[in-house]
Formats: sequence, structure tokens, C-alpha cells
Amino acid sequence: MEQLAKRLAEAFGVSGFEEEIRSVLLEEVKDLVDEVRVDSLGNLIAVRKGSGGGKRVMLAAHMDQIGLMVTYVDEKGFMRFANVGYIYALASWGGQVRFADGTLGTVGLDGRVKAGRTLPELRDYYIDTGATSKAEVTQKVGAVAAFWPGFASQGNTWFSPNLDDRAGCVVLVQLLRDLKDVKIDHDLYVVFTTQEEIGPRGAQTAGYAIEPDLAIAIDVTLTGDIPYASPAMEVGLGKGVAIKVQDSGMIGHAGLNAKLIGAAESAGIPYQLEVLQGGTTDAYAIQVTRAGVPATALSIPSRHVHTPSQIVDQRDVAATVRLLDVFLRGPIDL
Amino acid sequence: MTDLRDLLKRLSETFGPSGNEKAVRALIRAEIEGRVDRLEVDALGNLIAFKAGIGPEPRLKVLLAAHMDEVGFMITKINKDGTLAFSAPSVDARLLLAKRVRIGEPGVPGVICAPVPHLQKGDSAHRVLDADDLFIDIGAADEKFASAKVTLGDYATFATSFSVLSEDPAWPTVRGKAFDDRAGCAALVALLAGDEAYPVDLYAAFTVQEEVGLRGARVVAHRVAPDAAFALEGTICDDLPRPPDEDSTPVTRVGDGPAITLMDRSLVSHPGLLALLKETAEETGLAVQYKAPGLGGTDAGAMHLAREGVPAIAVATPCRYIHGPAAILNLNDLQTLVSLVDGALRRIGPANLSR
Repeated sequence: MEQLAKRLAEAFGVSGFEEEIRSVLLEEVKDLVDEVRVDSLGNLIAVRKGSGGGKRVMLAAHMDQIGLMVTYVDEKGFMRFANVGYIYALASWGGQVRFADGTLGTVGLDGRVKAGRTLPELRDYYIDTGATSKAEVTQKVGAVAAFWPGFASQGNTWFSPNLDDRAGCVVLVQLLRDLKDVKIDHDLYVVFTTQEEIGPRGAQTAGYAIEPDLAIAIDVTLTGDIPYASPAMEVGLGKGVAIKVQDSGMIGHAGLNAKLIGAAESAGIPYQLEVLQGGTTDAYAIQVTRAGVPATALSIPSRHVHTPSQIVDQRDVAATVRLLDVFLRGPIDL
Repeated sequence: MTDLRDLLKRLSETFGPSGNEKAVRALIRAEIEGRVDRLEVDALGNLIAFKAGIGPEPRLKVLLAAHMDEVGFMITKINKDGTLAFSAPSVDARLLLAKRVRIGEPGVPGVICAPVPHLQKGDSAHRVLDADDLFIDIGAADEKFASAKVTLGDYATFATSFSVLSEDPAWPTVRGKAFDDRAGCAALVALLAGDEAYPVDLYAAFTVQEEVGLRGARVVAHRVAPDAAFALEGTICDDLPRPPDEDSTPVTRVGDGPAITLMDRSLVSHPGLLALLKETAEETGLAVQYKAPGLGGTDAGAMHLAREGVPAIAVATPCRYIHGPAAILNLNDLQTLVSLVDGALRRIGPANLSR
């Protein structure tokens, strides 16, 4: 699973520009499902037909990551940028970035800002590829870059700028691998969504198209176990898969959550209950498509989300896979 | 060009704040009746025109949207002394003081005023006064006289007459209110008025309430379910003033042609449509520019999320000082916008709609 995580984490895919990660994911899943399609928002929808009599289940993990879009290239080749998704100005200075074509850069700070005295804003930064003139720079206005390097591991810990939500993508690919040749009743619509970080947008249109009976988003969540975590939160790294009670966009479907908790307890899978006060997931968009969908999210606890080096515990990732596996093998009556 | 200028003048001077687009709708309707196959007005007030294409079926269904509403004000209270309290959520507070306004369709004239400086309390003489600090004076003697002319909930707009600033064909500039998005409306009317039919089935939507949340476009896109959608806009242009030694990053520049959106706060433009516009510009020799990414939002932001999703893009005429009493645009940019979209409608194919 670690090799899979590395492969997914190192694929480029800023919100709106997910071509590379989509083709990597397509390679991963095409032989594990009955049908794949790409819709007009770029969502990758992989359909695994069930043996019948089951539910239409939508599982969503977003394949996009936050990034920077070039707004201006100056005469010396320094590039000003706009954020794609939420970027912390505080966490950007000195960050290494990589463009879609592999070009590397460092985020530099405008000399007019005295970083010791004022908090820089995004417009005080620029991307520096080491060029000394505009002619050396191949990037134009509209080029997108993401934080880099992509992936490292140490014991049970994974480090990457985009575990949000490549960790969720790992879960869905691993799930499909584990379910290979397993008979389950339900039709699975495994969706690698786009533009979650700037919306959610892909999940909205995919939810409309699929009209699922229920939906589960797989994403990361914050933890309350860092020094002076604010607001306080029960979720902790390494304590299992988190089940979404509520976040700032939605309240998890109580019946669906109860079923997931039941499945976790009966199979002895470590789980935790999650209330997230700042942030939401694709489930928020899917829940209110058309006439409404019972929806919740399973979350992988993550520290330092939206910084260049997020952390997850791979045991929590594995627990998420196992919970979905157990849950989907049985009937789902809500 | 004079036709386009005249059309823009009439559109610009018409009263049409978000939620009260009636007069603009009537004007546009009169312009396009007879040039389209069908006209409908939906529940929100969107004016949706359908013009069948020529050529073999199945034809692509393309939705073009331009919004009829302009930013405006609403009267929130009639004070005892006959002055009016008002709200102005979409207008920068620095643009309010001393401006002439017109209230309601009869166009009751008024002025936005502040308490005279020597009577202002504390620091209010030195800070920006917002709508809560200001009032509108319609010259009424008292509350009773004011109530005879205006009511709580009346809409108001800036009172700006259209004027021609330059007739130089290399730099034909005009000034007026509501270029965002009467410029887009003028372009859309011009696209419907052409003599050569298109190879696509065209839905031209003159939308409502874009400025308060892209609301009209949201429902139009759901109803029409197009294969592709374009928003025609008037967009931010901050190319002046610019100190010579400063990093120059204007959002758009007047005179550099229509500005194509790569990404704004509401949309990442569909790559196939981006390629379509680029190729159309190259093949037809039109100068275009790209709007600096990350700012603003358009009807395309609502349209691309309709139903199962719609490939969408926005393209706009640069307008200096939008959302204020007097914007300035270059008619060449507007004319080129019309030519660009016309060319795109004649070139669009299924290849532009895939990922």
C-alpha cells in the first residue's frame, strides 16, 4: 500500500488540472471494475457492478490537491501567483513547488515585507525557479504548481503535501484490490472527484449523475493531539478510522453512521468519532444533490493539513479500507 | 460599430438592479424579437432566447449568458426629515459619497450625502463613510413628502448618462454605468442579430441576479442542459494608474482585446473551450488577453455545475471602474468579443467538450 501511496502522491493534480493523477488512477482501477468514464468536470467514475439486490453506493475521494497558479511573470523570471484552494501564507515561504511539467521552484518572499514584523500575504510571495531572466522561464500565466516533494515514509508515518486527499484515493484503490473476485450485492460507484479544494465541485455533478442510494466520502480530517490544538478535538493519529458526526458543511447521516460503527465494532476495527469545526468534504455536496442522499464521511486523521508536509498513520488508512470492506460485504438497510 | 455603441448606450442607461431587471428585459426583448425562434421568461425573470442552428443533426446545444442586472442600492428607511437610509452591499464604500442616484423606475433623482464635516462626530471626518453613515437626499421637505415619491424596498442605481470619450477608431472609448454586464448583453444581442446562421442550436440567456449570487444562471443551465456554456461579461480592469517602476500585474488591460478566464473564484475554465477560444483567435487573427487568475466570479461558475456538469468558460470586455458610477471601456474590445464568440460558435465540436 505504501508503494501505491507514493505513486499517487507523486502524481500532479492541482484542482482543475487533474489529468496526470487521473491517468495514474485509471491505470490502477481499470482492471478492477466493469466500467470507467470521465465526466465534464473531469471526475473519474469507476463502476463495479454488484451481484444484485443491493444498493447503489457512491464512494468519493478527491484526487485534486491545493496549489498555486501563476498570475504574472516579471522581467527577471519571478512569478506571482494566486492560490488554488486554501493556501496558508504562513506555510508558503521557502516551500518547494513543482509545476505540471516537472519544473521546480521555491516560494520566495518579497523584500519589502519585513517577515519579522508583519505576517506576509500570498501576494508578497513569488515562485523562483532559479532563472535570472524571463526568457529562461517556460511557465506562462495560468501555469499551476503544487508543493513538493511528493512522498516520504518513516515507520507507520507517511509525509506528503497532498495526503489530503491522495490518502483517500489510496483507500479506494486498495478497497477495489481487496474486493477483486469477491461477490458483493451492491453496485459500487467509486469516484475520484475533481475540484474538491475549490468547491466541492466535482462531487456535486457526479452525485447528480449517479443518483446513489447512499454516499461515503473518504477524506482526511484534523487531529486534536498536537500541542495546544484549537479547537479541541477527540480525533488522534493512530487511533483508527474517524467516522464523521459533523463538520462545517454537513451532519453525517445518523443511520449510516450507526451502521458503520456497528460494522467497526463487530469486526474489531479501531475507530473514532469525528466532529470537525473547520472544513468539510465531498459528502457535503453529495448530500444535497437532487432530492437528497444519505451521506457521511470516513476520515483519515492527519496533522498539518494544507501545509507542505502533512502526516497520516498508515494504520488508520488500513483501518478505513477494512471498515469499508466489512461494511460493503453485508446488506445495507437504512 | 455605431450600432453596437448605440445599443450599449441604451442598455447602459436603463434601470436594472439585481431583482428588478424588468426594464432591461423589455429593451432586450424588443431588440431580438423577430431574430430568434423562441423567447421565454422563466420564474426568476431570465429572458431565454432560442435560435435553431442549420446543418445536420444532432447539433450541439450551446448556452450563452449575459446578465441584465447591475449593482444597485435599496431604500431601507425613510427618515423623519425626508432623507433616506439605504443599503449598497456590492458597491465599494469609497464610491458612494456625493454620487447622483435614481430611485425606482420613475427615476426619482437623489444625491448620496453625509452629515456636513463640521458636524461629524469623532473620527468620521477622517475615515471612509459607508452606507450606514450616509443618506440619500431627494429634496423632500419631510417624511410625508418623501413617502409620496419613494417606498421602503425601492431599488436605486447610479444616475449616469452614457458618453462617448473618443471617436478615434484606434481607441474608441465610452463611459457609462452598468457596463458590467450591459456590455455582455450588447455583445449577446449582436451575436443574435447576425445574418449568417450558426451550426449549433443557440440558447441566449439574459440572466438575472448575477451580482447577488449567480442565481439566474443557475436555473437557466438546469433548464436548458446545454452541451457547453459561455458567460459574456464586463470584467475588472485596473491597468491605470501604474507607477513605472512597480511590478505591473493588471487583471486586464483596456485595448488588448477580450479577456479570457483561465480561473476565477467560481470556475476553472474547461480546457477544451479554452483551446477553442485560443484557436479561434489565432485562426481569425483576433487579439485576446487572459484575465489574471483568481479574481471575481461569473454566471459560468453556476452554469458549469448544473446537473451532471457542463463544459463552461467566461470571456469578458475589460471595463475600468466597474461596480461604480462610471465605467470606461474600449469599443474595439467589445467588437472583438463579438467576433471571437461568433468564430467559436462556428468551430465548436465534440472534441472541445471532452477532458
